[in-house]
Amino acid sequence: MADMAKEVIEQYKGVFVFAQQIDNELSGIAFELIGKAKVLAADLDTQVTAVVLGSGIKDLAKPLAEYGADRVIVVDDPALKEYMTEPYTHALASVINEFKPEIMLVGATAIGRDLGPCVSARVGTGLTADCTSLDIGDFPLNPIPGKEQLHKQLLMTRPAFGGNTIATIACPYNRPQMATVRPGVMQKCDPVAGATCEVVDFNPGFEKNHKYVEIKDIVKAVSDTVDIMDAKILVSGGRGVGSPENFKILEDLAGAIGGTVSCSRAVVDSGWKPKDLQVGQTGKTVRPNVYFAIGISGAIQHVAGMEEADLIIAINKDEDAPIFDVADYGIVGDLNKIVPALTEQIKEAVANK
Amino acid sequence: MKVVVCIKQVPDTKGGVKFNPDGTLDRGAMLAIMNPDDKAGLEAALRLKDQYGAEVTVLTMGLPKAEDVLREAMAMGADKAVLVTDRVLGGADTWATSTTLSGALRNMDYDLIITGRQAIDGDTAQVGPQIAEHLGIPVISYAEELKVDGNKVIVKRQYEDRYHMIEAKMPCLITALAELNDPRYMTPGGIFDAYDAEITVWGRNDLKDIDDSNLGLNGSPTKIAKASDKVRKGAGEKVVPDSPDEGVSYIMDKLLTKHII
Repeated sequence: MADMAKEVIEQYKGVFVFAQQIDNELSGIAFELIGKAKVLAADLDTQVTAVVLGSGIKDLAKPLAEYGADRVIVVDDPALKEYMTEPYTHALASVINEFKPEIMLVGATAIGRDLGPCVSARVGTGLTADCTSLDIGDFPLNPIPGKEQLHKQLLMTRPAFGGNTIATIACPYNRPQMATVRPGVMQKCDPVAGATCEVVDFNPGFEKNHKYVEIKDIVKAVSDTVDIMDAKILVSGGRGVGSPENFKILEDLAGAIGGTVSCSRAVVDSGWKPKDLQVGQTGKTVRPNVYFAIGISGAIQHVAGMEEADLIIAINKDEDAPIFDVADYGIVGDLNKIVPALTEQIKEAVANK
Repeated sequence: MKVVVCIKQVPDTKGGVKFNPDGTLDRGAMLAIMNPDDKAGLEAALRLKDQYGAEVTVLTMGLPKAEDVLREAMAMGADKAVLVTDRVLGGADTWATSTTLSGALRNMDYDLIITGRQAIDGDTAQVGPQIAEHLGIPVISYAEELKVDGNKVIVKRQYEDRYHMIEAKMPCLITALAELNDPRYMTPGGIFDAYDAEITVWGRNDLKDIDDSNLGLNGSPTKIAKASDKVRKGAGEKVVPDSPDEGVSYIMDKLLTKHII
C-alpha cells in the first residue's frame, strides 16, 4: 500500500470504536473498546468517538456516553437492521472517510471479523486481527540509524501460531490504524449514570447493489445460560468427561459452587455442547476468578482462551496432560470419582457456613 | 460452474507444537499441512463437483514447496492447481496477500471462490473478505453449510448466538468453517495422478491489475515492531493422590484457604 503523505496523516484525529449492537442491544465489547479507547485517547490527548450502526438505535447513544464516549456518531437506517456485510461496510467506511479517525477499533466478534477486513480494504489501510493488548508508543520501538522513529503510534499486540508466539504490530504510514480486539480482554470503565455527550447523526445513503445479499432466515440459539465470559467461576469439561450425559456431574459441581459450565473445542466438535460455551482460540476468551479444567488435555488453543484466569484447577487422569503446565493446582485422578465427591463436600461446607 | 478454492500451507500447530531448546518455535520439526478451514472449503467445492460437475481449481500463494498442498488437493479430486510464488511477494500481510490473490483471480474464471475462514498460523480471518472487497463481489464469512441453487448460493452463516440463512448471487466468495464438513481422504489413484499432474506456476508478472506498491513486505501497511515467544506462567502444584478422597480434600483445602467457598 502506498504510504500516506505526512500532512494527510496529520488530518486523522481521535480514537473511534465500532459500538456493535445486535437486536438493538449493545454488545459488551462496545463498552470494553470504549474503556481501552479512553486510555489511548489520554495518551494522545484526544477524544473517544463511538460509532453505532443500526435501525431505530438512537437510544443507544445514552449508554455509550455513560460508559465514557466523548461523542457518538449514529448511522440509523433501515438497511442496517440486521448485520449484512455490504451496508455495514459502506456505513463504517463512509464514517471513516468523513470523520478521519487516527485509530479505529472493532471487536473481534463474528461480525467484527467480517466487517473489519472489508472496511480496511475499502478505505485502504492496514488491519491487525484479534489484538489482546493496545498501547501508544514509538515505531520502530528502538531508534534505527537512517530511519525516522515515529512517535505516538498505535502498537497492537496479538498472539499467533495458535498462541505460541506474540507479535506487536504497527501501521505507521497509513490511517486509520485499525485493529480488531478480542472480546473479554479489555476492561470497561465504570458507567457514570446520566452522563451525556455530543451525538452526531450521519447517513451516507444506502442504495442496493450487487453486493447486497438476502437474509432468508434468522435462527437464534435458545439459551438461558449465563455468558461464560461474565462468569466468576467456570467448570469446564473436555473430551475426558466422556459423554454429553456425564456433563451432569460438572453441572452439579457448578450448581454447588455458584459457577457456570463451559467446555473445550473437542466437546463442541462432538456435538455435546453448543458453541457459545466453548473456551479457546476459536471460542471465547475467559478470565474468571476460578477455572476448573476437568478432563481437558490443555491444547495450546484451549489454554490461549483461559490462561488469564486467576486460579486454575485441573483434574485429569493423564499425568502428562499439558493442562498441568498452566494449572495452579493439578490433581491426577479419575474425574468420575473426584468431581461428585467434591460437589458433596462443597455443598456441606456451604450449608455449614 | 467453476469454483476456485484458496488454500494455504501452514505448520501444524495442533497438538504437535515443537520448541527449540531456547524456547522458540521449531518450525522445521513441525509438519506442513493444508490449513484445516481451507480443507473444509475444498471438500465443499469437491461436493459441488460430485453433484453438479463443477470444475475445481485450487490456488495458493507461498514458497515453491507449497506445491505439496496443491498436489494433496488434486489427490483429493481438484481439477487444476495454481501456485503463485515470487520473491517479491514474501513478507506479505493480509492486505498484500489479498491483493496478490486478487491479481491471480482476475486471470481465472470463477462463479464461486471459497477460502477457509482463517489459517491456524496467523488466525486473522482477514484474507477472504479482503479478496472479495478487492474483486468487488459479495462475501459471506463463517459458512457452516453451503448449497447451490441455480446461479445462487445458500449459506448458513454462523454468529455467536445465532445463524443467518443467506442467499447470494454468484459470483461471490464464502469463507468456510472447519465445521462445514469432514474432508475426504486422498485416493490411491488420485495420489498417483496428482504426482504427475501439471501445476500452473505464476510469478509477479502474471498478476493482473496490481501495483508493485501493494505487494510483499514493502506493500504491507502493517509492520511487525516486535515478535517473541509467549511467556507463559509456570506450572503450579501437581498432586497424584492415593485415593479420590485425598484429591477432593486437597481441592477443598485450596478452595477454603483462598476463600472461594
